[in-house]
Amino acid sequence: MSLLAILGVISSAIFSGTSLLYTTLGEVITERSGIVNLGLEGVMLVSASSGFAVTYLTGNPYLGVLTAMLIGGLMNMILGYLVVTRGGNQLACGLALMFFGFGLSALIGKPYVGAKIQGLPRILLPGLEHLPRLYTSLFQFDILIYLTIPTAFLVWWLLYRTRWGLGLRAVGESADTAFASGRNPWRLRYQALFVGGLLAGLGAAHLSIAYAMNWTEYMTGGRGFIAVALVIFSKWHPLRAIVGALLFSGAVAFQLLLQASGFKVSPFLLDTIPYFLTLLVLMIWGGTRRYAAPASLGRVYHGTE
Amino acid sequence: MPETTIISSRLAGFWRKLLDGLVRYTLTILLALGLFGVILLISGRNPLHSYRDMLVHTMGSAYGFSEVLVAMTPMLLTALAVALPSRLILINVGVEGQLYMGACFATWAALTFPHLPAYVLLPLMAFVGMLGGALWAFIPGYLKARGIVNETITTLLLNSVAPKIVSFFIFGFWHSPMDTDKTANFVPAARLPTFFGTRIDLSLFIGLALLVVFWWFVKYTRWGLEMRAIGGNPQAARRNGIPVSTYLVVGMCVGGAIAGLAGMAQVSGYYGLLLANFSRGIGYMGFLISWLSFGDPLGILLMSFVVAVIFTGGNLLQLTQGLPFAAINLLLALTLFVVLARPQFSGFIRRKTA
Repeated sequence: MSLLAILGVISSAIFSGTSLLYTTLGEVITERSGIVNLGLEGVMLVSASSGFAVTYLTGNPYLGVLTAMLIGGLMNMILGYLVVTRGGNQLACGLALMFFGFGLSALIGKPYVGAKIQGLPRILLPGLEHLPRLYTSLFQFDILIYLTIPTAFLVWWLLYRTRWGLGLRAVGESADTAFASGRNPWRLRYQALFVGGLLAGLGAAHLSIAYAMNWTEYMTGGRGFIAVALVIFSKWHPLRAIVGALLFSGAVAFQLLLQASGFKVSPFLLDTIPYFLTLLVLMIWGGTRRYAAPASLGRVYHGTE
Repeated sequence: MPETTIISSRLAGFWRKLLDGLVRYTLTILLALGLFGVILLISGRNPLHSYRDMLVHTMGSAYGFSEVLVAMTPMLLTALAVALPSRLILINVGVEGQLYMGACFATWAALTFPHLPAYVLLPLMAFVGMLGGALWAFIPGYLKARGIVNETITTLLLNSVAPKIVSFFIFGFWHSPMDTDKTANFVPAARLPTFFGTRIDLSLFIGLALLVVFWWFVKYTRWGLEMRAIGGNPQAARRNGIPVSTYLVVGMCVGGAIAGLAGMAQVSGYYGLLLANFSRGIGYMGFLISWLSFGDPLGILLMSFVVAVIFTGGNLLQLTQGLPFAAINLLLALTLFVVLARPQFSGFIRRKTA
C-alpha cells in the first residue's frame, strides 16, 4: 500500500473530523454551564441547510458560514427558553429540538437538493509547494480546518482563563453557589448556549459548505450524538476534545486503510470501537472527582426561595 | 350515606381532572397548530386546507384511523420501556438501541428457523427479541447499580452502537440477493397476524394489554410499592431492606425487554423484514411520550395517539402540499415545545400522582 493512499486517508479523516470538533467544543461550553443539549443533531441540520441555502443564493460561502453560525445560536436559544426560563427537562427538550431540526431543515433545504455551490476556497498547507501535484491536492484545506486547533485553545482560554469562564463553570457545578457569589445563572446559561450554538453552526457549516458541498436530508448522520459522546470522552475539557475528535475520525480513516489494504473487516464493527472506548474511559475514570461531569449538569435552577 | 358521598366526590374529582386534562391538551394542540400554520403560511401553503386534509385523512375514514393505530403501536411499547424504569428514577434514553437489538435478535430467530410453525416461531421471536433488548439494557443497568457510570450517558452511547451492529449483520450476512441494506421478506409464519383487513397487527393489543398490566403492577403489587419507595428515597428504601441494586438492574432489563419487543413487532409486524436504520427516532419519541405523560398509562395512550395522528397526517401533507415528509416533525416538535414549556402545571400534576 502506497504512501499516497495513507496520506489520502489521513486527509479525509481531517475533513470529516472538523465538523465534529467544532460541535464538540460548543457542547463542552454548554455542558460546562450545566446544560445537556441532545438536540445538537437538529441544530446542526438547520445550520447546515440554511448556510447552504445562503451560500447558494449569494454565491458567498463566508456569508453562508456566518448564517449557519447565527442560526445555530438561535436554535440553541429555543432550548434556552425551554430549559432555562421555563425549567423544562433538558433531555426531553433537547430531543424535541432534534425533531424540530429534522423538520425545519427538510423544509429549508428542499429547494436546494442537488444544487451546486462554490464552497470555501482551499488553501495549500504552507511549505508543501514543492511536492508533486498528486500530493499537494491532499493537503488543500479550507480555512475552517486551519482554525480548529486555535478554536479549541480559544475555548480553553475562555473557560479557564477568563472571569466569564470561571462564572460559567461555577454555574455548571453549583448554580446556587454561583448565584450567591453574584453571578446570574440564567444569563450565563443563555450565553453558554448561544456560544455553543455558534460553534455547532460552524461545524455544520463546514459539513455542508466546505466538505460535502451539497445538501441532503439527515446529512449530519448522527454527528450531533457523536459530539455528545465526545464531550463525555473528553471529560468536559476542550483540549481533550481534540484527541477525541481525532479518535472518532481516525476510526473512519483506519477502516478506509484496512479496506484499501484488502483486510476484510466490517466497517460497521470498526465504527463501534470509539463508543466502546468511551465507555471504557468512563468506567476507568468514573469515580474520580477530577474527571467528573459538572455537578449540576441537567438540573433546573429555580432561583433561591 | 358516607360511602356514596365518598364515591361521588371521587367521581367529581375524576371528571374535573379529565376536563382539566382535556382543556389543557386542546389548548396545547391549538397553539402548536397555530405555530405550525405560521410556518406553513411562510412557505406558501394554506394551513387551513392542510389541516382539513390531515383531519379527514386520519379521522375521517376507517382506513385512515387504522393507520393511526398502526403508527401508535410502537410508541406505546417504547414509551412503556421508558416509563417502567422511570419509576425507579432511571432515565432510559436507550430505547432506540434496545429496539434495534430486539429487532436484530428476532430477525436471527426468523431467519434461522423458517420452518417452524407460527405458534412456535412467533413466541420464540418475541422471547429472543426481548432477550436482546434486555441484554442491551443490562449494561447500563449494571453500571448504574454498581455506581460506576450514570445510565443516561451509557444508554446514549449504546444507542449509537446498536444500529451499527444491525447494519453489520444485514450487510455482512443477512441481506437479500437483490438489496444490500435489508433482509429478504420473512416467511409468513414469522409475521404477526393482522386484523380487520388493515395493517393493525397483534402488537397493538399486546401494547394495550401491557399498559393495563403496568398500571396494575405499579398500583397493586408489592413490587410496585417497593419501586415507589426506591423512587421516593433510595437511601431509606435500602435501610428498609429493599434490594435496591437488584431493582435497578431488573427494572432496566425489563424496560429493555419491552423495547426489544417493540423492535420485534416492527420487523415481524410492520415491515416483515429487517431494514438498516429502520427506526429514525421511534425510541426517542417513546422517551418524549413517557416524559410528557409522567409515566402514567392513560397519558401514554393519549400522547401516543396524538403523536400518531400527526405522523400519519404528515404522509398526506407530503402528497397534497408537496412538503417533505420530515417537515411533519416540525408540528410534532412544536406540540412538544408547548407542552414542555409549561412545567409548573405539570409539576403540580406530578406531585398529585406520585
